[in-house]
Amino acid sequence: MKRRWLHRVLIALALAPLAGLALGAARGELGANPVETITHTTGAWALRLLLASLAVTPLRRLDARLAALAPLRRTLGLLAFGYALLHAATFFALDLGFALALLAEEVAERPYVTLGFAALLAMLPLALTSTRAAQRRLGRRWIALHRLVYVAAALAVAHFLWLVKKDLREPLVYAALLALLLAVRAVRARWPIGLRASS
Amino acid sequence: MRSIRASRLPEREVTPEALFLRRRAFLQAGAAFSASLVFGCGEDTAARAATPESAALAKLPDVIPAPEGYRTSEEPTRYADATAYNNFYELGTGKEDPAQNAHSLRVRPWTIAVEGEVAKPGVLDIETLLKAYPLEERIYRLRCVEAWSMVIPWVGIPLGDVLKRFAPTSQAKYVAFETLVDEQQMPGQRRRTLDWPYREGLRMDEALHPLAILAVGMYGRVLPGQNGAPVRLVVPWKYGFKSIKSIVRMRLAPRMPRTTWSDENPSEYGFYANVNPHVDHPRWSQRSERRIGEWSKRPTLEFNGYGEQVAGLYRGMNLRRNF
Repeated sequence: MKRRWLHRVLIALALAPLAGLALGAARGELGANPVETITHTTGAWALRLLLASLAVTPLRRLDARLAALAPLRRTLGLLAFGYALLHAATFFALDLGFALALLAEEVAERPYVTLGFAALLAMLPLALTSTRAAQRRLGRRWIALHRLVYVAAALAVAHFLWLVKKDLREPLVYAALLALLLAVRAVRARWPIGLRASS
Repeated sequence: MRSIRASRLPEREVTPEALFLRRRAFLQAGAAFSASLVFGCGEDTAARAATPESAALAKLPDVIPAPEGYRTSEEPTRYADATAYNNFYELGTGKEDPAQNAHSLRVRPWTIAVEGEVAKPGVLDIETLLKAYPLEERIYRLRCVEAWSMVIPWVGIPLGDVLKRFAPTSQAKYVAFETLVDEQQMPGQRRRTLDWPYREGLRMDEALHPLAILAVGMYGRVLPGQNGAPVRLVVPWKYGFKSIKSIVRMRLAPRMPRTTWSDENPSEYGFYANVNPHVDHPRWSQRSERRIGEWSKRPTLEFNGYGEQVAGLYRGMNLRRNF
């Protein structure tokens, strides 16, 4: 059973911050620096949704009843990519004024931009091969390709750490969450608990 | 008289206050962060005063209008934005934290100690500053090192006029400034985000330059806490972190004093910190800035557009090395 309603609820929830931004922008309620608010919000949700997609597999292994969560992984990943695209577009449009030459320069010269751009690039093939058809066509290579999600998450966290001026608390929370999610997988790979019917 | 029964908890079990406050702040930050994950942007909309009138701050009387060269014709930033988007880590590291925490800052009584290489050291009371000096309006651009800027109509006194009354000696080559340290009034100081007190400094010729002022007000009224009440420095040709807030000490010194951001990260923040679009911050470009209130970025100007008035101070200096 595909449980479409679950995906729809998730999408609705995940798009709420976007609606908040649109409404806020219309009402002039995004603070003194609305571009910063939009950039930060889209970036933060890209990262949160990406981490959430990485949490699906460890979570559903905790209990057989949570197996229904599995298909949400793709939805979460695509939502994360959507937010990442908006985040990059905001930067390109409002920080760089659509100047491609400037984009090239920033990507080449500012490590935090390089890292962010790399994270986005890492997510692109994952988004493009997210369909069941692609999964079937690629077979085992699909699994290998989708390991890029760990790279994307690490790059995104590094991007955030690099651009913060002084207070590292927020990016460090994400770093800790990512470390936890990776550790859980590493532990399981090292000490598999045995075959489970729901895996 | 009966004595109060002492707690049965032995002294060594009591959490040191500093640690207790740190843990509480950590838990609060964690809770706030978790709540923000659930509820969205995670940005608290502080109750913003839309106008100087609604801020209920005292008007400053007899303010002399800014003379030519000391006021820009550019549109001043909206009061609501100028008072709700601040870098003042003593009151919290978020841009909207200082406005939310400003209520804890007690601006009376307030004194500034003037010491060091002066013939007449003393203590300057804020009331004296407000009453004994003519107050001038100055409409300046303020450019933050983070690449955003504002236009603020300050009310203040030329710094040189104040310093001269204390008779600096020939050994006074620099002026060092310090901000208040008080964890009760400034909750941000409960964490060692920066090495408190916040310190800044100017070379003597910079301090005596007519553009440099001690600001006691903005938009015709006294300064709100988040903007550095009751008195702060404004040096418009330098990055905003040089314009130290809530000053309690001015020390005239023979040698270049330590400054907080330069101590914090010497490769990123220098002593001079003149606004310079040709010298990038190691991590981001300084070529452009976002004027608060606008959607696109605009080019950054050398010396924040005050080059004609201040470039002479730096003739012959390599401004890339002395950034």
